[in-house]
Amino acid sequence: MTNDDGRHRDEAVAPDNTTDDQRQVAPTGEGAVQAAPADQGTVTPEPVRDDAAEVAVISKPAAIGFVAPAIGLIGLFMMFPAVWALYLGFTNYRLTGTAAREPEFVGTDNFTRALDDPLFTSSLWVTLIFVAASGVLGQMGLGFTLAWLFRRWRGWTRRTIEVLVIISWIIPGSVVAFLWRAFLDGSDGTLNAMIPGDVTTEWLLRQPLLAIIIFNIWRGTAFSMLLFDAALNTIPPSHLETAKVSGASAWQTLRDIVLPSVRGHILTTVLLVSMWTFNLFTPFLLTGGGPNFQTEVMAIYVYRVAFGQGQLGFGSAVSAIMLLINLIIALVYFRMLRERRKKA
Amino acid sequence: MKVTSAVRVEDNDPAGTIKAVLSRVGLYVFTVFIGLFFAVPMLWLLSAPFDASPGLGVSWPSFTLDNFRGVFENPRAVTSLWNSLFLSVVSTVLVVIACAFAGYALSRVRIPGRNLILYSLMLFSAVVSGTATMVPTFLLIYELGLINTHTGVILILTGGMLPTALFILKDFMDSVPRSYEESAQVAGASSFQILKDIVVPVVRPGLAVIAVWALVNIWGDFLTPFILLRSAELYPAAVVIYNFYNEAGDPNLSLVSAFAFLYSIPVVLMYLFVNARYGFRFHGGIKR
Repeated sequence: MTNDDGRHRDEAVAPDNTTDDQRQVAPTGEGAVQAAPADQGTVTPEPVRDDAAEVAVISKPAAIGFVAPAIGLIGLFMMFPAVWALYLGFTNYRLTGTAAREPEFVGTDNFTRALDDPLFTSSLWVTLIFVAASGVLGQMGLGFTLAWLFRRWRGWTRRTIEVLVIISWIIPGSVVAFLWRAFLDGSDGTLNAMIPGDVTTEWLLRQPLLAIIIFNIWRGTAFSMLLFDAALNTIPPSHLETAKVSGASAWQTLRDIVLPSVRGHILTTVLLVSMWTFNLFTPFLLTGGGPNFQTEVMAIYVYRVAFGQGQLGFGSAVSAIMLLINLIIALVYFRMLRERRKKA
Repeated sequence: MKVTSAVRVEDNDPAGTIKAVLSRVGLYVFTVFIGLFFAVPMLWLLSAPFDASPGLGVSWPSFTLDNFRGVFENPRAVTSLWNSLFLSVVSTVLVVIACAFAGYALSRVRIPGRNLILYSLMLFSAVVSGTATMVPTFLLIYELGLINTHTGVILILTGGMLPTALFILKDFMDSVPRSYEESAQVAGASSFQILKDIVVPVVRPGLAVIAVWALVNIWGDFLTPFILLRSAELYPAAVVIYNFYNEAGDPNLSLVSAFAFLYSIPVVLMYLFVNARYGFRFHGGIKR
């Protein structure tokens, strides 16, 4: 459990790699079954098949021993909590009191209670707006624009902007949160100082949702920028040359040549960015979910009910709902990758 | 700034020229705006730590290094930086070692259920996030009696980083030819010797990638220690700095700013180093 913000972004690489890998694995997967009898003997006499060669390098028991520590750590400290969340969601587990000693099974009570809680539904809305505005529109829109402009740029302007965008992405979350608190401060903040006139707007109180949206665009644009930069580099320059020679406007080139060729990357980014933004805890550092729950995204809601109020069972139920939403996005993503692979 | 004009300029077409000029001006304005948008909120981190009386705004500092002395004289701040270092180094070492073994085996041997392992790893690493599982994670560590220990935090962080690191490393391992290992085996080397003496040196770049990646992520992680630790002397910098500025009353800005600077500088330096040496790009799906 690690990604309250910066971290999951890099995992973009993971699913992509894996599927590449699965592609290599899949065809030989059936071969493995056939080769299995041969594996019983220690050495295969004729290493014709790839699988046979694999057997030769390292023995199966050793391999299992090699894999065990990693799988054990992942299984116990990452997978198990996720599965356990589901079970706990059906209990009235609490931090203190009698329910802490003997949690009872309460059926789907927690889930129906969540759906009946106006703060839960409003939190769902806040999260949805936050994901759409800061992640999909903001980070991806700005990230794409920058990558698109960078295509023609060399030199210090590009390098400066790139470094600034990436540094805002890698500085620890609890530091950037304070930078933004200072920046948005009503009486001394730099933002108000930059606005002409005597402005003393407390942005985090007056426009809290907008504030965390802009903050998150600032925080996370780097990922989309880097990904789109890589994607745009895959377009053959000759295609763009042809468009230019035939007199297509910049907009026409973008619409007819660029966007269709990076469609896959865009879809991937939409899903990954949505999932990470959905699971973001960083707004907590900026606003704590307030004022008046206006910035209480799902992650903060879970934190408040589970640790603030000690309702661990209820918190687990909400966690399970979050995991379910993640699962849906992930399955859509995997399905999309598979279809793209089929086409390729 | 060298920008090739986005619009072709027709020499004898005044309308076209005006359009070209306007689009260029628009581009400059946009560039300046974006540059400011990303730079201005960061300026405070560069000015306040060196200012004798830092406020929340950005101003040219009346230069001093006293703020840093304040940090080093504050036991909570110093301890927390050591804690951050300890947590990130130990977790990173665990991730790298566990990954080297598992990545090698998964890359080379068809152990039973390998595809199932890989698929479920991929699915879980996508679905499970620290925030979505904070409650069961807390309870698991609580039941194991590891609440308020660094061990608990390290185990959770390691488990969380491992799947992604494993995929990255397995990718590197897959690209290493097997011929060396085969000759070593013929020469009678054990699996462990092959891994240690042949594979690890060859995939060193892959190990470096996952090490840097894990280190930066764990260094900045807030939620895990925030939930699992209770005693102030165990907190890493991420939590302590939050407590510094979130405590009731006005935060001590000389302390917060210098502390934030010291806490951020390692990852920034690491990034600048990696960027200068290898280029910081998504390359073949991996950020190297």
